[in-house]
Amino acid sequence: MNLLPCPWCGPRDAEEFGYIGETGARPDPRTTTPKEWRDYLYLRRNVAGWTTERWYHRMGCRRYLLVERDTTTNEVRPPHSAAGRRRP
Amino acid sequence: MADARRFARRPGPARYSALALLRHGVVGHPWSPAWRTHELKRKYQVVIVGGGIHGLATAYYLARNHGITDVAVLDKGYLGGGGSGRNTAILRSNYLTPEGVRFYDRSLELYRGLAADLNFNVMFSRKGHLTLAHSDTSLRTMRWRAEVNKVSGVDSDVIGPEDVKRLVPQMDITDGARYPILGALYHPPGGIIRHDAVVWGYARAADSLGVHLHQDTEVTGIDVSAGRLTGVRTTRGDIAAPIVVNATAGWATLVADMAGVRLPVQTFPLQAAVTEPVKPFLRTVVVSGTLHVYVSQTARGELVFGASVDPFASYSTRGSLEFTEGLASHVLALMPSLAKLRLLRQWSGLCDMTPDFAPIMGPTDVDGFLVDVGWGTYGFKAGPVAGETMAECIATGRMPQLISSFGLDRFAQGRLVGEKGAAAVGH
Repeated sequence: MNLLPCPWCGPRDAEEFGYIGETGARPDPRTTTPKEWRDYLYLRRNVAGWTTERWYHRMGCRRYLLVERDTTTNEVRPPHSAAGRRRP
Repeated sequence: MADARRFARRPGPARYSALALLRHGVVGHPWSPAWRTHELKRKYQVVIVGGGIHGLATAYYLARNHGITDVAVLDKGYLGGGGSGRNTAILRSNYLTPEGVRFYDRSLELYRGLAADLNFNVMFSRKGHLTLAHSDTSLRTMRWRAEVNKVSGVDSDVIGPEDVKRLVPQMDITDGARYPILGALYHPPGGIIRHDAVVWGYARAADSLGVHLHQDTEVTGIDVSAGRLTGVRTTRGDIAAPIVVNATAGWATLVADMAGVRLPVQTFPLQAAVTEPVKPFLRTVVVSGTLHVYVSQTARGELVFGASVDPFASYSTRGSLEFTEGLASHVLALMPSLAKLRLLRQWSGLCDMTPDFAPIMGPTDVDGFLVDVGWGTYGFKAGPVAGETMAECIATGRMPQLISSFGLDRFAQGRLVGEKGAAAVGH
């Protein structure tokens, strides 16, 4: 993985990006129990294979982006959903 | 007691000794294999997934301390092919939390007697361990660590730049350095060991006590019925077992998922490299948390360099150029005279990182499924004590005092251990 596909800047050196981590839905604060909050805080799927994750273009446009990456090979591709390109 | 039992039950190869070495040298017939191969039985009392130092040590102490020998250790590859053979072999016990210090100090104690205990030369070299401070903040953390260590009876103290220079004359302690050395945490009992020998020694000793070691045996499923574990499925057939231990480090979540147990663990690669061998000059292990680097010289004369984990989660063990570049510049910032040294090779291993940089040990919500995971970047130095306490946990069904704060339930209860200040880079 030498390049990451930034939807705004194009393919850029991976060193320019910060790793945020795997994506997940934020629980609804009105109905969430403390245990569910702790699970949300600490548990990760830790997928071995293709996964969608969030990165931050810290030395570029400083916007967040979604990337699909195979964690066993570090091969990357832009996310399938168009929504991810606009506003992750 | 334990010794008598150990030798009475020894059907395996002959003991190693100077006399045995001489006899083999004269007679010239080949050494017998250090451990045997067995058919996979349909049923074991305990199945340990992962044939690294943790799995093998657990099997060994189960057999030696508790007399439980109906044990199988399964590994999808070869013994010690994961983190046990990829770490930088540094031992120390100068941690930050009292529970961490007690735990790692017991490990160091077991390591000190390991060669005699296993009848295997593990080449422990107590060179001493230096953790450099480049800022007031890190000097303050060093002082904190030193005081926590002293209270627990661990030999550890803060020393000044001149003392650092005396221990390692190659070190640049001038004010003009990019990261000036303000002092260091000096831990004389720390050192390095031959990590493969530790794995082989435990494997041989466990085998001689009747433990079955199965290499090339990958676990493909775990059977749970009504919240109770019943067995594992492998590439070589199914095994019925009431107790299964997950000691698979970087692959821990993949194995736990099979049992329906979720772990707060993320897998990150950690890269290391080694130079060509040179004459011995580096007496101690040198660590710099600020520069993300640690250096030691092996008995063969190679310099071993390690770093912190890669900046993103991955199961890939390929090396990267960014790592080599960063490493070289950081090492040269500390010891400019190494500029002509050439790197021989680099590699990487997988680290199972937890949110609080402390391990996860003991029972899970599935009855009979135990974990010994979350060993991140500090698993090798804990191998013996982890094996000893996990064996006790299996044999007695209770968490030993030494690991009572490392349970999986601490995350749901908000009782994190907070070992990051001493475990994050300073290995």
